[in-house]
This record gives sequence, C-alpha cells and structure tokens, in this order.
Amino acid sequence: MQLICKNVSLGYENHIVSEDIDFTVAQGDYLCIVGENGAGKSTLMKALLGLHPPLSGKIEFSDGLKQNEIGYLPQQNNFQRDFPASVQEVVISGCLNRCGLRPFYRRAEHEAARTNMEKLGIWPLRERCYRDLSGGQQQRVLLARALCATRKLLLLDEPVSGLDPSATAEMYAIIRHLNKEEGITVLMISHDIFAATREADHILHLAHRPLFFGNTEDYRKSDVGRAFLRMEEGEQV
Amino acid sequence: MSIFETLSGYFQFPFVRYALIAGVLIALCSSLLGVTLVLKRFSFIGDGLSHVAFGAMAIAAVVSVSNDMLIVMPVTILSAILLLRKNGTKNVRGDAALAMISVGALALGYLILNVFSKSANLSGDVCSTLFGSTSILTLKVSEVWLCVGMSVLVLAIFILFYNKIFAITFDENFAAATGTPTGVYDMIIAVVTAVVIVLAMNLVGSLLTSALIVFPTLSAMRVFKSYKRVVVCSAALSVGCAVFGILFSILVSTPVGATIVATDILAFMIFSGIGTFRRK
Repeated sequence: MQLICKNVSLGYENHIVSEDIDFTVAQGDYLCIVGENGAGKSTLMKALLGLHPPLSGKIEFSDGLKQNEIGYLPQQNNFQRDFPASVQEVVISGCLNRCGLRPFYRRAEHEAARTNMEKLGIWPLRERCYRDLSGGQQQRVLLARALCATRKLLLLDEPVSGLDPSATAEMYAIIRHLNKEEGITVLMISHDIFAATREADHILHLAHRPLFFGNTEDYRKSDVGRAFLRMEEGEQV
Repeated sequence: MSIFETLSGYFQFPFVRYALIAGVLIALCSSLLGVTLVLKRFSFIGDGLSHVAFGAMAIAAVVSVSNDMLIVMPVTILSAILLLRKNGTKNVRGDAALAMISVGALALGYLILNVFSKSANLSGDVCSTLFGSTSILTLKVSEVWLCVGMSVLVLAIFILFYNKIFAITFDENFAAATGTPTGVYDMIIAVVTAVVIVLAMNLVGSLLTSALIVFPTLSAMRVFKSYKRVVVCSAALSVGCAVFGILFSILVSTPVGATIVATDILAFMIFSGIGTFRRK
C-alpha cells in the first residue's frame, strides 16, 4: 500500500466537513474521488498534501513514498494572469523538493525537467511565457511540473476543468498513459462522474460520510453509484 | 567646461562617492525585492511600511538615540512581520489594517515631531524625511558601511533563495505541498522588506520608497516574459535610473529622491511603449 487513510475526519475548527474516511491506495491504482460540491474533496486533498491537517484519524504514506513527493496538479485559474514565467522555469520548480537547502538546480534536475517536458510534448514551448499558452498547454506544463516532483504518485485536482473537448480527451489520454505505461499511481478529483467511471479503476464517493469506496465495477452496480450516475445523466439531457 | 569635467570635479568630494555607492546598492536591493512584492500582490505593503518607518524616525528624533536605526529598524521589521503574516488580524481586513497602520503612523509621527522637537527647522526636517531631499548626500562613513553590509545581506538572500522565492511566488500551495516551508520564506521576505525600506528612506525619503520598489519591476514586466529576465532587467534598470538621478540632481541641483523617481517613471513610459509596440 502506498497510502492509507484511517478514520480520517476533515473540517475547519468546529465544523466537520466529512468524517470516517477510510481508504487505501496501492502502487499503480487509478482512484477517482467524486462527490457533490462541499463534500470535502478539496479538503481531503489538502490533508493528503499536508496543507491542512485532518481533525482526527491518520494518513500514512508507505512504500518509500513521502508526503512531499506527491506530484500535485492544482485546479486551474488560481494563478496570476500577468506572472512572467517561462515554461521551463515553471516545470523545473517542481524539482525543488529534491534540492533541500541547496540553492541551485543541478544537471540531474535540468535533465528531469527536460524529460518530463518531452514526455508531455511541451519541450518546443520551453521558452514561451506560461500565461500566453492555451488552457490545454498550461495544464500540460503544470502536469510536467507535478511529474518533476514525484516518481510515484500524482494528485490531480479537476485536471480538465475549463478545457475544451479535444484538450480534455488529450489530458485523459496522457493521464491514462502515465498510469498504465509508467505505473504512476493517480488520485484524481473529478466532477465528471462518467469520465471517472470510464477512466479510473477505483472510486471514492465522498459526502458528509464516505458513501462508497471500492473498484469501479462495484461502484456502477452499487445503489450510490447508480443513483449518482442516473442523476447526472438527467442533468445532461 | 564639459559635463564630464564637472562630474569628475564632483567626484573629488567623498560625499558624492558615498551617495553613488549607497544609491546603487539601495536601488539594486529594492528592485529585487520589488519583483517579489509586485508578483505577490504586496505592493502596498512597501508603502505602508515606509510610513511606519517615518513614525519610528520621528520617535527616534525626539528621544535622540545615538543612531536612529536602533529604533527605526526593529519597529519596521516588527510591523512587516505583523503585516505579512497570514490571517494576521482577524477583526480587521488586510487592506484596511494596512491603511490604518500607515496613515496612523504618519499622523502620529508628525504630531510627535511637532510637539516634542527641539529643532529650529521643523518643516525642513519633516520634508527631508518624507522626500529625502538631501539625506543621501549627507551620509556618514558609518552609515555607508551599514548600507553596504545590509545590501550584501539582502543580495545574498535573494541569490541563495532565488529558486525557492520563485516557487512560492508562482504557486504557494504547490511549494508548500512539495515540502518548502513557505511560512519561513514569508518571514524572510517580511524582514528583507523592512530592511530595504529603511535603507531606501535614505535615498528617496519615506513617501517615495515604494516607487523605487514598484517601478523597475513593472517596467521590466512590460517587455520581458520570463522571471529571470524580469529580475535581471529590473535590477539593471533600477541601478541605471538611480545613477542617472543622482548625477542629474547634483548637476542641476534638483531634489535627489524626486529626480530618481521621475527617471523611473520615464523609464516605465518607455518600456510600456516598447511593450505595446512589440505586441502589435
């Protein structure tokens, strides 16, 4: 197991958002976290990243994974629009957790940044300014940065929100490739229940209490899953 | 006599050399700090802190300590830490708190000076603290050394933490998630801000320090689109404007601080023009 959550409850001061969260993630899993707005998806993610400690319970990393070695892809649009940063500068900043107190990047970090940029097809854009890129390109830059920060586990927060259909499909294909071919564990928060059940092999359905955790097949057959899928289908029609 | 002969004549005076050394170092530090503050949306903190420094200066003048810095520096550093601390004052919103502190310090400083000052030329003193009219040209050797020491410290911090500062400025959450202690760096930035502002008061006076911090960065951002280039360009631009401003003000005897800031404004307009032209 890479990640074990035991009896975790999340919230702010006196207000509990979600409790009794129990789940495990093994190497190579593709887990999708779904649920309504306010169900605590982002709070759970902050807890996993160590940004906002859980009120109680335990989050454990094992298999040689440390908390600061999670590759994190934040939700889009919380960046400043006029920030002057080249693609190269953004991507290599993901390597910072390898540096410790060392002030500068070494050759190994430059190589890692290059490899990840090539992997995601953004090497030709390396001199470009991050803010001048399209939404899909920006997401690939941030994904390359996340890959620089990890070799094992990616945590993706709504990776396709705000992307057009073709960029969305491309993004899902990249994530699938990283998971299946490179064996990187993927934890993804998603609004899109259809994509979640199509792409992921495990589902965690969060509400005030977790409603479901297990593999995707079982989720489709479960009452929660059927109800949620039907409801979303109704909204789409 | 040509301009160069006049200038080399002036360079015979130690106070002119001191002014140039201090001016270049202060301009360099404030422009580096400026990149961080502007991109972190903290531009106004520079302004607020300079008013606090003015208030502290007034107190220092009244209690007449041996060196003003003994009071001004700690007070400003403390205010910087309080202002830049996350979710600091829960009762007052951040920008309102800043406005309160900055005008409050300004008013109290002036009040204290008026009531307690023994100086014969009160309005001259106030004016020189606010606009730095001559203080850069009256630096003592010890003050120049203080300035050199502080600047070297600030430069060392910016060079050693360059990559970390970039990461926390671009995306604080990601930096924190990958194990960068963002709180520590925020604290370092707060202290550096206070130090730079107190130093910059010597050059341009307390009302104009934020110009020194904000203008070079904004000018560089008009033209350049990578972080490194913006940092380098704003540092070079700031030093250039400071040197030009100091020399110009000595030759034409205009107030030093205002001349430097006017040069910065001019540079900003030129860079804006270049930026617009390039985008077409």
